Amino acid sequence: MDKRVDAETMFRLNGREVRVAPRVGERLSEVLRERLGARDVKVGCNAGDCGACTVLIDGAPVCACLMPAQQAAGAKVETVAGLVADEPLAADLARRFEWQGAAQCGICTPGMMVSAVALLRDVPAPSEGQVMDALAGVLCRCTGYRKIIDAVMGRAPGAVADADGHMGAAIERLDGRVKVTGAERFGDDVATGDALVIKVIRSPHPHARFSFGDLDGFAAREGVEAVLTAGDVPGVNLFGVIPGFVDQPVFAEGVARFRGEAVAAVVGAAEVMAGFDPARFPVEWEVLADVQGVAAAMSEDAPQLHGGRAGNVMCSGFVAHGDVEAALGRAEVVAEGVFETGFVEHAYIEPEAGFAEVVDGRIEVHACTQAPVMDLDTLEQVLGMERARIRVVPTATGGGFGSKLDVSVQPYLALAALKTGRPVRITYERTESMQSTTKRHPSRMTVRIGADAEGRISGLRFDGLFNTGAYSSWGPTVANRVPVHASGPYAVGDYRAEATGIHTHCPPSGAFRGFGVPQAAVAQESLFDDLAHRLGIDRLEFRMRNALTNGVPTVCGQVFVQGVGIRACLEALRPAWESERAEAARLNADGGVVRRGVGVAAGWYGCGNTSLPNPSTIKAGVRADGRIVLHQGAADIGQGSNTVIAQIFATALGVPVSRLDLVGGDTDVTPDAGKTSASRQTFVSGNAARLAGAALRAQILQRVNAGEEAVIVPGEEGFEVREGARVHRLDLTALEPDAEGYVMRVAESYDPPTRPLDANGQGHPYAQFGYAAHLCVLEVDMRLGTVKPVRFVAAHDVGHAVNPLLIEGQVEGGIAQGLGMALMEEYLPGRTENLHDYLIPTIGDMPPVETLIIEEPDAHGPYGAKGLGEHVLIPTAPAILNAIRDATGVQMRRLPVTPARLKAAIGEAGHV
Amino acid sequence: MMQIEYFAPGDLGEALDILSRGGVRPVAGGTDFYPSLPGGGPRDSLLDLTRIEGLRGIARQGGGWRIGAATRWSDVVRADLPPAFDGLKAAAREVGSVQIQNAGTVAGNLVNASPAADGVPPLLTLDAEVEIASVAGRRVVPLERFITGVRQVDLAPGEMVVALYLPDLPEVARGAFSKLGSRAYLVISIVMVAVVIGRDGAGLIDHARVAVGACSPVARRLPALEAALLGTRGDVAVTPAHLEPLSPIDDVRGSGAYRLEAVGALIGRTVREAMDG
Repeated sequence: MDKRVDAETMFRLNGREVRVAPRVGERLSEVLRERLGARDVKVGCNAGDCGACTVLIDGAPVCACLMPAQQAAGAKVETVAGLVADEPLAADLARRFEWQGAAQCGICTPGMMVSAVALLRDVPAPSEGQVMDALAGVLCRCTGYRKIIDAVMGRAPGAVADADGHMGAAIERLDGRVKVTGAERFGDDVATGDALVIKVIRSPHPHARFSFGDLDGFAAREGVEAVLTAGDVPGVNLFGVIPGFVDQPVFAEGVARFRGEAVAAVVGAAEVMAGFDPARFPVEWEVLADVQGVAAAMSEDAPQLHGGRAGNVMCSGFVAHGDVEAALGRAEVVAEGVFETGFVEHAYIEPEAGFAEVVDGRIEVHACTQAPVMDLDTLEQVLGMERARIRVVPTATGGGFGSKLDVSVQPYLALAALKTGRPVRITYERTESMQSTTKRHPSRMTVRIGADAEGRISGLRFDGLFNTGAYSSWGPTVANRVPVHASGPYAVGDYRAEATGIHTHCPPSGAFRGFGVPQAAVAQESLFDDLAHRLGIDRLEFRMRNALTNGVPTVCGQVFVQGVGIRACLEALRPAWESERAEAARLNADGGVVRRGVGVAAGWYGCGNTSLPNPSTIKAGVRADGRIVLHQGAADIGQGSNTVIAQIFATALGVPVSRLDLVGGDTDVTPDAGKTSASRQTFVSGNAARLAGAALRAQILQRVNAGEEAVIVPGEEGFEVREGARVHRLDLTALEPDAEGYVMRVAESYDPPTRPLDANGQGHPYAQFGYAAHLCVLEVDMRLGTVKPVRFVAAHDVGHAVNPLLIEGQVEGGIAQGLGMALMEEYLPGRTENLHDYLIPTIGDMPPVETLIIEEPDAHGPYGAKGLGEHVLIPTAPAILNAIRDATGVQMRRLPVTPARLKAAIGEAGHV
Repeated sequence: MMQIEYFAPGDLGEALDILSRGGVRPVAGGTDFYPSLPGGGPRDSLLDLTRIEGLRGIARQGGGWRIGAATRWSDVVRADLPPAFDGLKAAAREVGSVQIQNAGTVAGNLVNASPAADGVPPLLTLDAEVEIASVAGRRVVPLERFITGVRQVDLAPGEMVVALYLPDLPEVARGAFSKLGSRAYLVISIVMVAVVIGRDGAGLIDHARVAVGACSPVARRLPALEAALLGTRGDVAVTPAHLEPLSPIDDVRGSGAYRLEAVGALIGRTVREAMDG
């Protein structure tokens, strides 16, 4: 007799008996999330690679995405929400995660927390090694892991208790609680139970002509509600982010230009779509010749991707200053080289996801995003619909790093909801996310740098080709940013830099933390070490001699009379530079197989758009009950804008940050705070918040006729305004509330002052730069070619630290990404389209980081603050490369430096 | 559309009976099953092996050890086993992550037949034999012959692995395992080396097993090197002839040439680790 499991499976979920009837093959994660409402269990890869979905089965951590739901029968299943609610050990751990800033975006946090609870039940005081072993199955892309280790080990809290939480206070993030309990609602967490499911049909070929078969017959056979193709796009079947370069179709028309490009979408009931195999979709492919690299794409007989872009050239950026060839000609030494980097995948743990529905004749799209108003702009064009009839509601975003600036799921959601009239949802599979969303540009950079006998730079020439993929996305931004930044934060009087984006049949390259600057820094900072070596000058000293200072023009001819903090960053590294090199020399003296090296590199980054307006508006209102509502539209993708913007606003208003209620970037109620990009939110939206706080303060003081020094004390029903011994009462209930319920309101905007660049790239591209310098200590196994980072010291000029705890989090996380780019990450279309072939750093790969906060105030920044997010990973990869060279004598000019590549280079150099 | 079912039998006889009728796919830890699941879900009924009595666990049997097919890798980590199993235990800790070790089974790692399966090299050094059952009966195959190629094993329709059998080794034998990857954890190996080394009273090697993974379609033992190690104190220079069974390929993780160089370095280190304890 067959022993079939009863159709019903019973188990204990967080102490409660539950009963479900899973499909054959249904994953436990799916049952927990969709049938039992346990959306605190997050799904990142459905392959056991990321560990976000970790739950405890009878006390043992497992990936819920790999467990047939029926296997849970009779088991005790625990998830983060249940653990934190019911178990003191887990509740304590949750607090420690908050104190340490161990959760940034929060998508991996449930997996981290659950894994850590299992460890702490067995080992109450674990060693760092035990923590790494226990948590290694969970990937995090934001934090760099160090604060997670601190939290699990119960180290001293990083956050301070500060009643006001104003500028400079290292308070916990304001939105941290929901991240550690799993209650945070990301793109896949907001759909209603009845939502139809969308599945996008994608090209399996990098370049192919295609035609559809009988779509109506297919829809009828499959029992799906709708099939969408280019013909279903009522507006313009194109999206993009740069005017003049809006060139990517929502659905390809007749020809697909990269593997993973969307050609159609199928919309059906969840139970129907669970059994839908995209291989059954009626489409015929005719494979065409493709070009994958820039050399092939620029060859004479290469297939052309876009009309009007001859030679597959998308566009170029150019900066020239002085006479570079003359300077190189008179230089004492010239270092030169060709450097190459590959595609880097953002690898946020949250795949793109969202939900949409039609409400009162309007379309409402809920999705993870870095730029809700740009999403609205795109939908307006694609839907051909009146803007007022579109609402974009950002969900929590589980990491973005640049890729979630572009739309992904949003057009499909809107089109499907409008076509079916029903609520719809979509979540990209991991492979689909990797195939179809933007990447960091692969680069091929030819660079020559001269120096005189005293070690002063005498000419720098940079020629970079950037593989921008099939469509433009942010490629023009990369082309423009790179020439402005390729000098590094140094005084280079004679300079010529050109960066060109080349189309290939690859996924679109777009925005990724640094917009091409990290690639350029690899070449420039490596050659600086060459020059220092050849001139016999200490490498740190060489950089000090050339560092920009106040009053010295940049390569764009822009002169900052204040705020240039690179020298202070480099100077801050000096103690570690001396001690670490001495220690390395001592360790290397025995001539063992493992050699230690120390490297240094610097970076700079202009905050905000390059010579283009990029205003932010911050609105706030006061309700009659005394609550102050801050409409915080700067998308918090984990970096902390919800906290930072609130701290700046509270400082300007003069009330404790705890008195604020935050409202997010819902386009119906919150004005545009611009995109979370270009390290602009602290600077630009921060300034808008400062202005809004000051304006509201002025209103309040004016109503009671108080002077500027008065203290505002918000309370129930009214504010007290204290001026020495005088106390004014402002009765809010006596004021007339507006349509939003506000009795007072403000909205203030800020746009950084920039000036256009001329034909030679001369002008004022940014109102503010931030500066950074990193020191890396690492060890190389000379026989295996493996590299083990030992320690980083990172000095960052942030102008005025808004929140030192969040700054450390940005620094550690940025270093982890720079480390991945340097040592292991390379996206190869068709080959590394998942998180076990595409490797990002694990908890065991990140060494301790010492963050040195430098405060060289900037006149334009809010209270002097500068942006930080992108600056962090710019010096990391070159610092690693320079340390590898210090250890081995080998300069690596191709990233990533895998063990095989390093071993081969060591062998060629004849060292082993 | 054909209705598929989920079977979770409690004893092996029933499981074999279900398997004999075809149209079913065995599943245990799910760690290889789900990542390779086709769009639209399983085409076949599923046969859950995790509730079969006696299929999970490690026990003495005859002159050796029996590891049940559904034994999890974390069971191996926790088991009280002689030092010859140290390499297997070290490999068990490298199978994915704790999450994977708590779900993935020893037999699953074998039948998945990845060239980079972490469990195979150490099991080869333990002279493992694979016990296979079907309604027709049982048979035992040496592990070296069980995995026949990339994703290919010697299993006929209706057959399943029920256990591994590991004969006793000299008491003083000690195992070791090294894995080389591009990151610290959760990594598919570039190269793996497993050894079991036994020594006589004078400290000379009198039992040697060396196996290498991820350098050939199926992990291979290195008999010439094993022979060369006998009678030595482990200080044997690895020669190309020793590595003759290997045929490493170039892939995203590393070149074939690199793999051979790395194997040479890792063998020396792994033998030394086994010698030094």
